[in-house]
Amino acid sequence: MDAARTMTVVRSSATASARTTPRFEDEVTKLIDVSKCIGCKACQAACTEWNDTVQPIGYFTGSYQNPPDLTANMFTLMRFNEWVNPKSGELEWLIRKDGCMHCADPGCLAACPAPGAIVQYANGIVDFVHENCIGCGYCVKGCPFDIPRYSAAPAKAYKCTLCSDRVAVGDGPACAKACPTEAIVFGTKGEMLHHAAGRITDLKSRGFESAGLYNPDGVNGTHVMYVLPHADQPELYSNLPSDPHVSPWVRVWKGAAKTYVSLAAMAALIVGAVVHHAAGGANRVSEKDEQAAKKLIEGKE
Amino acid sequence: MTNLWTDIRSADLVIVMGGNAAEAHPCGFKWVTRAKAERGARLIVVDPRFTRTAAVADYYAPIRPGTDITFLLGVIKYCIDNNKVQWDYVKPFTNAAFIVMEGYGFKDGLFTGYDPAKRSYDRAGWDYEIGPDGYAVLDPTLTHPRCVWNLLKQHIAPYTPETVARICGTPREKFLHIAAMIAETSAPNKVMTSMYALGWTQHSYGAQNIRAMAMLQLILGNVGLRGGGVNALRGHSNIQGLTDLGLMSELIPGYLNMPHETEPDLASYLKKRTFKPLQPDQISYWRNYPKFMVSFLKAMWGDAASADNDYRYGWIPKLDIPMYDVIQAFEMMAQGKMNGYVCQGFNPLLSFPNRTKVTTGLSKLKFLVVMDPLDTETANFWQNHGEYNDVDPSKIETEVIQLPTTCFAEDEGSLTNSGRWLQWHWAGGDPPGEARSDVWIMAQIHLRMKALYAKEGGKLPEPILNLDWRYKDPADPTPAELAREMNGSALEAVTDPQDPAKVLVEKGKQLPSFAFLRDDGSTACGCWIYSGCYTEAGNAMARRNNADPGHAEIYPGWAFSWPVNRRILYNRASCDLSGKPWDPTRKIIEWNGTKWVGYDVPDTLPTANPETVMPFIMDAEGTSRLWARGLMVDGPFPTHYEPFEAPVANVLAPGVQGNPAARVFPDDRADFGTATEFPLVGTSYRLTEHFHFWTKHDRVNAMLQPQFFVEISEELGREKGITDGAWVRVWSKRASIKAVACVTKRIRPWTIDGKTVHLVGIPLHWGFMGLTRKGWGPNSLTPVVGDANVETPEFKAFLVNIEPSTPPTS
Repeated sequence: MDAARTMTVVRSSATASARTTPRFEDEVTKLIDVSKCIGCKACQAACTEWNDTVQPIGYFTGSYQNPPDLTANMFTLMRFNEWVNPKSGELEWLIRKDGCMHCADPGCLAACPAPGAIVQYANGIVDFVHENCIGCGYCVKGCPFDIPRYSAAPAKAYKCTLCSDRVAVGDGPACAKACPTEAIVFGTKGEMLHHAAGRITDLKSRGFESAGLYNPDGVNGTHVMYVLPHADQPELYSNLPSDPHVSPWVRVWKGAAKTYVSLAAMAALIVGAVVHHAAGGANRVSEKDEQAAKKLIEGKE
Repeated sequence: MTNLWTDIRSADLVIVMGGNAAEAHPCGFKWVTRAKAERGARLIVVDPRFTRTAAVADYYAPIRPGTDITFLLGVIKYCIDNNKVQWDYVKPFTNAAFIVMEGYGFKDGLFTGYDPAKRSYDRAGWDYEIGPDGYAVLDPTLTHPRCVWNLLKQHIAPYTPETVARICGTPREKFLHIAAMIAETSAPNKVMTSMYALGWTQHSYGAQNIRAMAMLQLILGNVGLRGGGVNALRGHSNIQGLTDLGLMSELIPGYLNMPHETEPDLASYLKKRTFKPLQPDQISYWRNYPKFMVSFLKAMWGDAASADNDYRYGWIPKLDIPMYDVIQAFEMMAQGKMNGYVCQGFNPLLSFPNRTKVTTGLSKLKFLVVMDPLDTETANFWQNHGEYNDVDPSKIETEVIQLPTTCFAEDEGSLTNSGRWLQWHWAGGDPPGEARSDVWIMAQIHLRMKALYAKEGGKLPEPILNLDWRYKDPADPTPAELAREMNGSALEAVTDPQDPAKVLVEKGKQLPSFAFLRDDGSTACGCWIYSGCYTEAGNAMARRNNADPGHAEIYPGWAFSWPVNRRILYNRASCDLSGKPWDPTRKIIEWNGTKWVGYDVPDTLPTANPETVMPFIMDAEGTSRLWARGLMVDGPFPTHYEPFEAPVANVLAPGVQGNPAARVFPDDRADFGTATEFPLVGTSYRLTEHFHFWTKHDRVNAMLQPQFFVEISEELGREKGITDGAWVRVWSKRASIKAVACVTKRIRPWTIDGKTVHLVGIPLHWGFMGLTRKGWGPNSLTPVVGDANVETPEFKAFLVNIEPSTPPTS
């Protein structure tokens, strides 16, 4: 059994076809085909079951989206958006499974000041190593997709691990396993690019002229990709950023961290961040922050 | 399902109407996704709401609840008017050419033979003209004015696209777009599948909704083919098994009928049911009814049943009314005429109509036994939960006995899925606490009753005392023993009728299939359609071979499919009159010149000549039926009626509002609301996050959909001053409930007969037990009236009103 999990299976008894599992050193990708997704939340259920998290039972807040946002206990979330297509006048219910994109150039990792708290594996998975996490919340700021969530107790940040523990033994992520319509598929990046191309051809045959792949260059591509019927307008899918990139703030941060002076300043900032989070939780990089960072880089201030 | 889940993958067009497959059957919906991705199949959704199925559809159209017959007859008319009929299928394989008796007519919403005092029809006049040879008279030219085809054309004439728009609220252009997509599948090499569920059954004319789709599929030549059929998506993992085993007051296992008191002996009972063929050379398989019935009686009473005592037919209770369905039961309870109730695996307080009446009925019982894995609302109906269950326990004397049972994952047995697969499963864990299997509990009750009868006597103790109960451990029959009993065995050697010296099945052996059943008492079989599930070769239900010969998507070595492991019913109709597949790329069986061969078990005799033996072997005609004869109590054709609570009058027959053949009790009729007082249409449905009232007891499901809500359009929200996420009160003639509002673009008002009509969508998963926030279900509001044929309550169309409100006080 163990061997079958770490070696490539090419034939398998009593199954229609051999399951091809990526070897754990291959570059892996989860492909989410929005056009096949029925918003059933099986992925959310599987995620919380596998990761053994306990998300409290909340309230109905006017949408099928529950909980209303990602939390430190809910690493993936079906986001629902009702959109009337101005071209056709018809309603489209755009449902997107949100969660960590496992960027090739991960903003969280770049922003993280704690040695070894965020790692990127050779297969592309970006993982949080919680024993090294100092709970500063800078990964939250660093993420261009607004994914990590800060937990006050324990004071750590959490997000989707792409089921690194499952992938390490030759399985796919729990969400992909649970997905009833095969909207979530998992394999090597090459396989997923190929699969996505076929899906895009199908969508174009159904009138989705702008169907395409979401694998944004701004973060050097991602290890979670989407097939989007309206790939020209990713923001329709509950604000999926059209051009995500690592904030210039993070670059500044990393550059500055090379000097002693800055290290001292950084330490102060960390303390500040902890206090900030304890008081008000994580927040997003605002437009103002971005502008300030740009000015800083350009040396105009 | 006529077909099977995996077969949906072979469809060119999928129509989901009267159901919401993606949400209520997400795992089965995988095959729709595959058909789309791998075959380029298109998906149509017609639904009052823009559902999660609609979210992945190629084309969606809205429809007002309760008007599906109008829509479907409109599509049939479109197909006939545009000659989108698969004539080579329709002429030989349907009863289009059969001539109907003189005197039949349809006028002002009523078929001939109606008795308003009895609210029922004399159906004798709805049959065929019979010739001197004893066979039905046919006109293959379809020119006779009384042939079924011409009566059909006449019947559907009013259902123009304009009428569809006027009644259904479906915009004319959208209706025509869908009709054109469907009509394309009249080509022999194009196939549509129909997926429906409770959106069609839960109406006072639910069975006729399904008839309408069956007729359309027949006209298009889509029944019996891979990727086709009329496919009921069953609402529980084993509800197909429930109906197969006859767990209804009017049925016994295998769709045999419970006898009526006018049938005092076996001969009078069998005479009505042993159907002789209506055309020469036809199989008319129900001719074997005596074999099924006698074998069933032998399974019940073993050695005590013999030819000289009518096989103990006299011990079966006889009905004095058509059926004792749940609506009847709760009416009797409310009247104090039923005072004990064993509630096994049901939660009627949340699932039967007009909860106030359910509470009244339960409160009048002497005892209520609840067998359930969960602590249900029904078991706690007497507890006060503030506004959520406003009862006074001091006034309720019902003794409630809860017997905790195992859940499906804690015991062994088979589940029959929508596709008629009997799939064996094994216990995945031990039951908690004192929970015991339903079988164990039933066995204890039986043995104790038997002992009491033996000791004390009583009225007619014989059926209990003589019940065949030869299990290794009488106190705990095993699932395998029960399954073997369903399959049937030879009590004496079964011999070849042509050569009595030839023994086909030795005495004491399991029967290979129902083909070996006899009506002379030499065989016993608990459920004839399940015969073959557990033979001498072993437990066929436990088979797990997923080989797929010919890539036909039928996996014949996986589990067992009734009947006789046949995967696609009527598969003989997948071939033309010469026995060649209509679409060679989708071959399932074919005639090789001497016999039928292929991937599936042929749905005809193996050597039945394709030119003479027609494909619908269960029907005395040999054909399928566009005309239902007298087999439906409410008409040989479907026709438009309004729900009993409707926002508009019946525009096609102003004098007849609801189904005239539906049974309505006077107290329930008095509880119907009018559109003046209750102008909004209510409908009920499931959400994918929950399964009925079970999963609110589970932490994860409760988190994913934590609280009761109702859905309304933005237009209605503006009109009533209701905002998204605010509290509302929804009330009908019967009750008032509170919910959080979901104001959504997915619901839009319709224009019905020139009038704006709004919908209030009411999902059904909340109650006062479990882990979710407390709430209500739609059954608090719904009227008590059922389908005229099978009494499924009208949960899908009723009248309500809505206003902004405050949260419940408790």
